[in-house]
Amino acid sequence: MSATMTRPRPLRRREPLVRNHSKTLVGLAAWTVGLFFFAPFAWMVLTSFHSETDAATNPPSIAAQLTLDGYREFFGASTGASPWPALINSATASVLSTLLVLALSIPAAYALSIRPVRKWSDVMFFFLSTKMLPVVAGLLPVYLAAQNLGMLDNIWLLVLLYTTMNLPIAVWMMRSFLAEIPVAILEAAAIDGAGLPTVFRRIIIPMAAPGIAATSLICFIFSWNEMLFAQVLTGVQASTGPVFLTSFVTSQGLFLAKVCAAAVAVSIPVLIAGFAAQDRLVQGLTMGAVK
Amino acid sequence: MHKAKRPTGSHAAQVPRQRPGRAKAWATRAPLMPALVYMVIVTQLPFVATLVISFMNWDALRPDERGWAGFTNYKLVFTDPDMRASVITTVWLTAGVVLLSLLLGLGVALLLDHKFRGRGVVRTMLIAPFLVVPVAAALLWKHALYNPEYGLLNGTLTWIWSLFGSDSPPQPDWISDRPLTAVAVSLIWQWTPFMMLILLAGLQSRPMEIIEAARVDGANAFQIFRHLTLPHLRRYLELAALLGSIYIVQNFDAVFTITSGGLGTANLPYTIYQTFYQAHDYGRASAAGVVVVLGTIVVATFALRLVSTLLREEKTS
Amino acid sequence: MHTRPSRARLTTAALTGLTCTALLAGCAGAGGSGGDDGGKTVNVLMVNNPQMIDLQKLTKDQFTKKTGIKVNFTVLPENEVRDKITQDVATQAGTYDVVTVGAYEVPLWAKNGWLSPMDDTVAKDASFKQDDVFTSMTDGLRGEDGKLYAEPFYGESSFLMYRKDVFEAKNLTMPDRPTWKQVADLAAKVDGAEKGMKGICLRGKPGWGELGASLTTVVNTEGGTWFTKDWQAQVDGEGFAKAAEQYVDLVRKHGEAGAPQAGFAECLNNFTQEKTAMWMDATSAAGLLEDPESPVAGKVGYAQAPVTETKASGWLWTWALAQPKAGKHQDAGAEFVKWAASQEYEQLVGDKLGWARVPAGKRKSTYDNPEYQKAAGPFYQATLTAISEADPRNPGTQPRPTVGVQYVTIPEFQDLGTKVTQEISAAIAGRQSVSDALDKGQKLAEQVAAKYRNN
Repeated sequence: MSATMTRPRPLRRREPLVRNHSKTLVGLAAWTVGLFFFAPFAWMVLTSFHSETDAATNPPSIAAQLTLDGYREFFGASTGASPWPALINSATASVLSTLLVLALSIPAAYALSIRPVRKWSDVMFFFLSTKMLPVVAGLLPVYLAAQNLGMLDNIWLLVLLYTTMNLPIAVWMMRSFLAEIPVAILEAAAIDGAGLPTVFRRIIIPMAAPGIAATSLICFIFSWNEMLFAQVLTGVQASTGPVFLTSFVTSQGLFLAKVCAAAVAVSIPVLIAGFAAQDRLVQGLTMGAVK
Repeated sequence: MHKAKRPTGSHAAQVPRQRPGRAKAWATRAPLMPALVYMVIVTQLPFVATLVISFMNWDALRPDERGWAGFTNYKLVFTDPDMRASVITTVWLTAGVVLLSLLLGLGVALLLDHKFRGRGVVRTMLIAPFLVVPVAAALLWKHALYNPEYGLLNGTLTWIWSLFGSDSPPQPDWISDRPLTAVAVSLIWQWTPFMMLILLAGLQSRPMEIIEAARVDGANAFQIFRHLTLPHLRRYLELAALLGSIYIVQNFDAVFTITSGGLGTANLPYTIYQTFYQAHDYGRASAAGVVVVLGTIVVATFALRLVSTLLREEKTS
Repeated sequence: MHTRPSRARLTTAALTGLTCTALLAGCAGAGGSGGDDGGKTVNVLMVNNPQMIDLQKLTKDQFTKKTGIKVNFTVLPENEVRDKITQDVATQAGTYDVVTVGAYEVPLWAKNGWLSPMDDTVAKDASFKQDDVFTSMTDGLRGEDGKLYAEPFYGESSFLMYRKDVFEAKNLTMPDRPTWKQVADLAAKVDGAEKGMKGICLRGKPGWGELGASLTTVVNTEGGTWFTKDWQAQVDGEGFAKAAEQYVDLVRKHGEAGAPQAGFAECLNNFTQEKTAMWMDATSAAGLLEDPESPVAGKVGYAQAPVTETKASGWLWTWALAQPKAGKHQDAGAEFVKWAASQEYEQLVGDKLGWARVPAGKRKSTYDNPEYQKAAGPFYQATLTAISEADPRNPGTQPRPTVGVQYVTIPEFQDLGTKVTQEISAAIAGRQSVSDALDKGQKLAEQVAAKYRNN
């Protein structure tokens, strides 16, 4: 066995389970897999900076000259159709629904973990089971209701729907984050005479801040990505980024570079948020199971 | 279906409950109510509406013929071969994508669990596919990768063949030849990072002392994996599979974008969408929706059993 | 206990949170209000064909500047736009003021009272010159009541486009009125004429308006039909089967790569990028091929759509502008239609973008215009012939229950046509035999036919 084995290690320090000489092999394998998964992404970014003709060659012209034409097209250089209203709609729907989800899920999580209601686990299952219902089955009643209420093509409708879509997962996440808060602290606060709002403001929110961040990130990503509702329920005023994206597949000549540029541009907020907060992302994805 | 469990081990049990009584119970419930009431309204009311419409003869294109239809719509749903086909497609697509991305994700996570040069970079590269907007990813695969004329896949084939002096490389038409696989691959590409992140987190939460001890006792890498790592990872695997299934079974974007439901790739969400949005047959679409919801409840009951074990184990880990 | 949860306080907190959220949204100015500013806005939903993209480009600087009416466009691919328009119109949602429709939708929708008639708005305006518009186009846009419910934006038939230079190099000639047998032979001969060049591009993308349109013209000329006059489904009938076999066989052997996903847009790209030597599709494609920027401009020859048993087999279609009755800006909408379908707009496209790109096929004056004749020299005669010979009342070899060349004018056809073409498309992909596809199609068609037989 390798020398690393015999050295005394501090606890919880990761150590490879393989012999030293195969360490390079592991690295090589990981890099290969990593590049393999990254290749389509890299190709998308590269193509977005190519001209339409260079984008449509076979074999691919990797070293072709770079240009911003694809992005100019995305911003409406030749059609005059600006993507900004759609992007702002996406941002509005994502941010507002995330705030709404937090406003609903944090108190709910409190009532499910810190001071649990009776049959709290049944409530948890109810929340999760709604996430399993087929979204598409609700599309028709939502459409009809929205039409009768004059809510079609209205960004608030998307805010409500995205809240519905993310609330169950958020409740699960927040519950597991709140359950982490040591009871002793809450009890001490209670003895000091702090009321519930104070406890929330001074203790729960600050201590669960990383969890809140993780929950927000996940909610934001899933809202930003949503297309089915946006496609069916919006039109002129409330159309979102993903819907705008589909209009780039045109019959007017080549469109590959344009589509790639649009795909990159629409994904940018999610990419930035996700890369910047990788650890929060992991926390969120594991529904708070990993601290 | 689930007996209410006392939150054993949770802090809640330690918070003294002194004043029993109705007011107290309501005070405890109050913070839960907004979320609960909201979810009940927005998920159950539409279902009631769907249920009602499913018994109606309501074709938006024939407004004069609206009326009650009894079980006609259900008869149509159960005798519709497209519906049956889409159930099978959904099962295949979900199972295939979840299992393969879980396996791939596990493999990648095991690799990333080791130290090597540039581990952070590789991890970041691997996350990228998950952070691409799904519609964008589907467009990318359809047009930039699968396209038989100028897609990257065939382009690479041309390039490789030309290295060997051949100017007649195979140029398969990926989407037409293997439509469901084409859709699945694009989804696996997006969901492997998701699985990887969860499993990597699981790997890194292993109690190292025990593994060290096992190693000192002479256990080899495979034995450690089989008897220590895998049991520890079980609930992470279950969690990843559950969450993955929840999202992939509902997939619409990839099917819609890559094949528009053609070539036998229409899954349930797409088929219902088609009935509602292309055929405008609201009655039949609602009946299909009701059937799918009932089916989901059956499946979900089993899935939730799984979660209940997750919830129990959360306290013991 | 000091942490007594006060319901009132919590509710207050929650409400405050929500109010703040609402205020924030208000400040961000991102509400979804109707966008109603005194009727000076028009919401347009249209198919993303190049002629419409040109319209989108020119509107802001011309129409809006002139009239002060702001136009919001939603532009989507054909299959999606059809779904969205139908949904908006059938539920009378009123999100859109102007939508692109064709002769398939107008009679059905007019009957339900979903569209606003244009006789007293657009058509009445003398400067619009309604007489100048081909009646063969407007005939299909009238309701049972004889009122006009849409104005053609451009009209088209279908014909065969081929690469003159490639044919010359191969010593082949294309007859002016080829038969399907000749075209199949020619496709085999020109397949591979240049590196990576296929014989012919034919639509294979599911959709009643995509593969459905091309295939139905072949069905018509091979003696087949969807339904007989007395509503017997004929999808597995002799003529239909012969046409489908021949169509699928030709595409599989000498057709474009990726055929099961290729519609008008994909074929246009294919042909422009010199990937196919022939292409049977809409006459409106010719203007795009002859655009000075097109790589194949000047190299394309035009022949009539191939036939077998009929004299002509071109389809007849117009992308027309209609106003849903539920639209909130009727007057502004009418103004927009009046402008977009006018002679003046054609002149504008001619001046700004070139005469080849004019949305033609709807006005006689276009074909008398020397500038257009010059730019459209290679194809305008062939287009006129194709349009004038298409006969929606008698497109095949037997009487039909409804009027229309490449579709059946019943509400169910949208779904039926899409499903059947999905099966045929799967046959093109080689996933099933044509006869299996037709068997499934026949069952679907029979369900529809039964409904009408009983009435």
